[in-house]
Amino acid sequence: MAKYVFKRILLAIVTIVIISVITFFAMNAIPGGPFNSEKASSPAVIAALEARYNLDKPVPVQYVMYMKNLLHGELGVSLKSARPISTIISESFPISARLGICAAILAIILGIVLGSTAALMRNKWPDRLIVFLTTLITAMPSFVVATLLLYFFCMKLGWVSAFEAGGNNFILPVIALSMSPMAYITRLTKTSMLDSLGQDYIRTARAKGVSQKKVIFIHGLRNALIPVVTYVGPMIASILTGSLVVESIFNIGGLGSKFVSSINNRDYTMIMATTIFLACIMVLANLITDIVYKIIDPRIKLD
Amino acid sequence: MNKDFKRAPFSAQVDLSKFTKATEEEKRQQDVMGESTTFFKDGMRRLRKNPLAMGSIVVLILIVLVIMIAPHFVPYGYAQIVKGASNLGPFEYSEAEQAAIAAGESVFPHIFGTDSLGRDYFIRVVYGTRVSLGVGLIASLLVLIIGLLYGSISGYLGGKVDLVMMRVVDIIYSLPDMLLIILLSVVLNETLGNAIKGTVLAKLGVNMLSLFIVFGLLYWVSMARLIRGQILTIKQNEYVLAAKCIGTSTPRTIRRHILPNCLSVIIITTALQIPSAIFTESYLSFVGLGVSAPMPSLGSLANEARAGLQSYPLKLIFPALTICLIVLALNLLGDGLRDAFDPKLQR
Repeated sequence: MAKYVFKRILLAIVTIVIISVITFFAMNAIPGGPFNSEKASSPAVIAALEARYNLDKPVPVQYVMYMKNLLHGELGVSLKSARPISTIISESFPISARLGICAAILAIILGIVLGSTAALMRNKWPDRLIVFLTTLITAMPSFVVATLLLYFFCMKLGWVSAFEAGGNNFILPVIALSMSPMAYITRLTKTSMLDSLGQDYIRTARAKGVSQKKVIFIHGLRNALIPVVTYVGPMIASILTGSLVVESIFNIGGLGSKFVSSINNRDYTMIMATTIFLACIMVLANLITDIVYKIIDPRIKLD
Repeated sequence: MNKDFKRAPFSAQVDLSKFTKATEEEKRQQDVMGESTTFFKDGMRRLRKNPLAMGSIVVLILIVLVIMIAPHFVPYGYAQIVKGASNLGPFEYSEAEQAAIAAGESVFPHIFGTDSLGRDYFIRVVYGTRVSLGVGLIASLLVLIIGLLYGSISGYLGGKVDLVMMRVVDIIYSLPDMLLIILLSVVLNETLGNAIKGTVLAKLGVNMLSLFIVFGLLYWVSMARLIRGQILTIKQNEYVLAAKCIGTSTPRTIRRHILPNCLSVIIITTALQIPSAIFTESYLSFVGLGVSAPMPSLGSLANEARAGLQSYPLKLIFPALTICLIVLALNLLGDGLRDAFDPKLQR
């Protein structure tokens, strides 16, 4: 177990280092430095500025210095707004995190409920309806869901005002974000529930006279949820990437929409810092998922 | 009942008088064996019985036919601006066109209306579908080729080579793909832009090129893993051992015994890879990293429609519906293929 955790953490660290290397060198490959503006500065001024920001050093040295700063929480300065990126992230990430956590919880709860309903009522109309809906949802990109929600509930029905949609009222963006993970969890729960209901221990429990409720919730569902746990890591990654478009559509000032606008503005330092930051969260989420999975199901081979 | 001799009550002796000899014709019935089927015929037979999968095939064929034929009879180009015809609804005509119709000329209708610049929206959706489907197909082929080569080498050689190759896969697998696609698209945009100027690639745009590059770099890992796993298990099967025992050569073993058994997984994964590539493309176009204007893609059309959503919701509905239809059909087809070609996997 300890060996597995150690190996897994090592892989996570290697991944983050690779991501930072790719990000840093990719950004360095872009022609034109930050001081090549339209206003012609004298070469001496540029040289002084470059020396000030260590841009005259070789790229590998710059990388080491960048990583050193990164570990100290210094992510550099946004090229467009000239504000420190760490401030931008600490301002906007809580908004995204709240949105993402709400979406994740909604997706998990709805997915498990729908998935087990479909499994318990196999081949009856609720099962067919759920399968139909999840198939439909998986065919819709998150931006289509988000835009349609915005159109119908803000513009047509007027249940949620368009300005409010991004403010304190999180309901539409949360629904938009949770849709596709919800559909996935539903399918996952259904198959694993069907699988676990066919196991011998379920028959034993029924033979012993355990009540139907107990059989379903304690013997069936508990074991059926193990595969769902493995999906939590990928789900966080998909919600994070989904939040880029959903936040832009609903005009939420979270990290996702900041990232998209930095892409459109070609704000390279911001893109670099946000990529590394988001990547760290995704890698961390996967790491925790794998370790938790290992703890709750020791049958999994140490691989 | 023959009453000439007495039988013990529980005798198992056969009463021959109850049997008659088979005629020649009856004997021949035994000769007619079922036509020997191949792996493909068998799978296709099962696939044909699946109404959802067949429906998806029909839908896909219809879409492909439309996007192939439409540009030949619609007289508008995807970048052609019809003057004074901006933001028309479906089958509406601009004033100039109405005058032309009144004068007896025939004007080709704007089936989906026009966009804010006066470009025929139907032809833009058609070209957008072309781009999206093309991207999906090329990216999936790329993934298939790289994954197949890498996975089969790793699985067939085994041992230390396999170990090292799989560690590489592990690391690539844990990289957040979407972030890297965005990053590389931004960078390649700046660096590759001049290099491909004037070539065919320039028409498609650097973004699509970087999408392919990233698919080639990152997305093949799950395919490689799958194929390696398949080859590892198939290698240990008794029929492979049996084939070796009767002296089958290695190429023949691979061709006749290992590859056909991998084929189902390969077909299914490739079929399901196409919608995921289409999703990625539309997502990137939506973020603003897609095909370069004026070339449309379904994602960029949906993105442009967002600005006038309040007044012209149909501009969003057409491309969004097309994406959903294509992805839905491909997903259902993939599921159908899985059920048909890999009955072992059936739930």
